[in-house]
Amino acid sequence: MSQAATRGPAQKVLLAIGTRKGLFLATGSGADWEVTGPHHPMTDVYAVAIDTRRETPRILAAVTSEHWGPSVAVSDDLGATWSEPEHAPVAFPADTGAALARVWQFAPGSVDEPDVVYAGVEPSALFRSEDGGRTYELVRGLWDHPHRERWVPGFGGMAVHSVLPHPREPDRITVAMSTGGVYVSSDGGASFTASNEGIKAYFLPDPYPEFGQCVHKIAQHPDRPDRFFAQNHHGVYRSDDGARTWKSIADGLPSDFGFPMVVHPHLPDTIYTFPLVADGMRFPPEGRCRVYRSDDAGSTWTALSDGLPEGGFWTAVMRDAMCADDADQAGVYFGSRSGEVYAGRDGGEHWSQVAAHLPDVLSMRAAVI
Amino acid sequence: MSVTVLLPGVLRPKAGGQASVEVDVADLATLGQVLDALAARYPDLNRRLRDETRALRRYVNFYVNGEECRYLGGAETPIEAGAEIQVIPSVAGG
Repeated sequence: MSQAATRGPAQKVLLAIGTRKGLFLATGSGADWEVTGPHHPMTDVYAVAIDTRRETPRILAAVTSEHWGPSVAVSDDLGATWSEPEHAPVAFPADTGAALARVWQFAPGSVDEPDVVYAGVEPSALFRSEDGGRTYELVRGLWDHPHRERWVPGFGGMAVHSVLPHPREPDRITVAMSTGGVYVSSDGGASFTASNEGIKAYFLPDPYPEFGQCVHKIAQHPDRPDRFFAQNHHGVYRSDDGARTWKSIADGLPSDFGFPMVVHPHLPDTIYTFPLVADGMRFPPEGRCRVYRSDDAGSTWTALSDGLPEGGFWTAVMRDAMCADDADQAGVYFGSRSGEVYAGRDGGEHWSQVAAHLPDVLSMRAAVI
Repeated sequence: MSVTVLLPGVLRPKAGGQASVEVDVADLATLGQVLDALAARYPDLNRRLRDETRALRRYVNFYVNGEECRYLGGAETPIEAGAEIQVIPSVAGG
């Protein structure tokens, strides 16, 4: 990577780590981190966001208590204090008969809508906030979709786990759910169209259906908003036409199974994933902890392992437990179900441990503060 | 009629710090109607006890005069004047 030659002063980064039993916040850079938490102990934090569109970044955390249900906690002072609204911030309208299980994803809207935040939730639905992520309304266009009755839960539940608002055109929103697949709106969420052509659903009688795929994660670079990358339940794909059609980019990976998919913040051709052996063998190949990076939009892949465990890594990285920050010399991060968190510098060429012995890591986001 | 709702420590901040809340409801009210009355005063408490369909949260127990409501009529359990409803989180999680 060319970044190493131009490395400047390290920027301070906030790394938010959502786990099975609370939120941890790491502050630092490179190999030097200070970790606080658990914040919101004994809640599972499937989704976290750091909204950098305001002067002080706002942290949004999806906190779900086994006892007391789901909520959204907001901090405007980098985690020193938190607030939650009196009324449920994300709630299904009475006519739906549905109840929120948990929020799986936050997605700040386009730069032209600084108070818009989307939430993807379980059961599969999309919500929209116009007050910076404090309270949300159901996006009816997806909920009323005639396909909805045939979306079914995967192993982890049935949720909209990926939400990608177009960076400059607020009417364009792309979501992905398991199972169901990718859906695209070009009218601000009033209607959605299934966009899964080329994505395989090997577990269905028709392996290339219109919808029903188990897409695990989709990602997009803001400079190339018509190109998408997907890590599927077996299958790694790229779309060059706004998610309309997808082509495999799995050649060169040790396996096409995995969960995360991350695009480098400054290099639209650079993507990261964490392969696992297979659906029925959810471990990294040979128990070796390796991130895979492509610098050519998926044509070729490179294993990254310097500083990572060379063996005995019998764990996995979940779909939102990998992220990148927005620093000039961007860092890449991931956390495991075994509670280890690593930071990668120089595009992931070198890794160091941020934290260990945390609860299962479920979600991560990072930003310069 | 008046009934008493007893809250665990973790929920008391959602009800102004009270350990016990007196709730006035019509005669022949159900547990659900007691919780509706409670919700009107303390919405932040309500959403910890029930989801948006008014279903009781799975791991929250409601003892009506010492008997867990799910052995009675659940949210439809009839409540008598002077009843004591104790909210206790169940053993859950790992």
